[in-house]
Amino acid sequence: MPTSTYEKITAYTVPSNTTTVTLSSIPSTYTDLRLVMVPASSSGTNGIRMRVNGDTGSNYSGTYLDGNGSNAASWRDTSATQFQLGYRLGINTTLTQIYTIDFQNYANSTTYKTALVRYNDASAAAGTAVLLWRKTPEAITSLSFNINSFGSSTGDFITGSTFTLYGIKAA
Amino acid sequence: MLNSIVGLHGAGITVTNSYESIQTIPVTSATPSITFSSIPSTYKHLQIRGLVRSDRSGQTQDILGIRLNGDTTTTNYAAHWLQGDGSSAAGSSTIGGYAYAWNGYAPAANSTSGNYGVMVLDILDYSDTNKNKVTRMLGGNDQNGSGVAHLWSTLWAQTSAVNSVTILPVFGSNLAAGTTLALYGIKG
Repeated sequence: MPTSTYEKITAYTVPSNTTTVTLSSIPSTYTDLRLVMVPASSSGTNGIRMRVNGDTGSNYSGTYLDGNGSNAASWRDTSATQFQLGYRLGINTTLTQIYTIDFQNYANSTTYKTALVRYNDASAAAGTAVLLWRKTPEAITSLSFNINSFGSSTGDFITGSTFTLYGIKAA
Repeated sequence: MLNSIVGLHGAGITVTNSYESIQTIPVTSATPSITFSSIPSTYKHLQIRGLVRSDRSGQTQDILGIRLNGDTTTTNYAAHWLQGDGSSAAGSSTIGGYAYAWNGYAPAANSTSGNYGVMVLDILDYSDTNKNKVTRMLGGNDQNGSGVAHLWSTLWAQTSAVNSVTILPVFGSNLAAGTTLALYGIKG
């Protein structure tokens, strides 16, 4: 019988407006993680931020590439205290955005963790980003998300926002 | 589980495991290339996922190449890509000239230890002998102040079924230790 290779770890739907969503106790038994996220916020214009393992150090950075219907552009974030998911993309008040986030080899303790992000909003921008978490290498055990505007936490994830985490297992 | 689900006009639904791991190749010491060989033709698509680093000296980045079926005919390969380097977005291409197609960036010797590039590469309809083979790849690397995010596509102008895939550094001599690539088959 073929080995199950692509499995759902957890699927979370926000039941009522909430400030932070955390996916915790991520097992180390897979090779890669893939998160599929359909979020919306109680307030627009702000962006989604992500933290790994609750780390609040300045260990986060990213390189972004997107198109907004007028032009293509690139941007960089350095030595931040959390990831920004998306460049020219605020979060909407309706469920019209899709994010996918891939962490390759997330459970090793030898490399910094790099993630690939695709973000999609037909009314705003389509783009991709490469994110780097530079904390002393450790396995990823939790991912937390909040809505943030330039360092201050604002807005909640609204009811119906979904976060689905998959594990991919290599031979 | 990623499954294919088939239902037709009230017929029974069959659920099969559609995404299967074929092979994983970790690099434990510097090696000139990684090759997935003897790839079975029984899937619909292939996907390669992993972390990559080059030993290119004196640089923070290298280019990666992809070669199919060991073919070194330079006129059989082309590549186009869109990249962002943190300050500007740009498109570029290579048409022939190399015994492989250019296929993404990876950190190199002068990049901080522990930095690896990432890739998710798809070869759709890889065993269809009526089509030239096209790959698409989402990948890149970030180095906290440098790095590239990119969307990449390559052409192998041959209709043969793909039975081997080689990933190699273009300017470096080796893929660095810690590089690891995994090949998956997706059933249609």
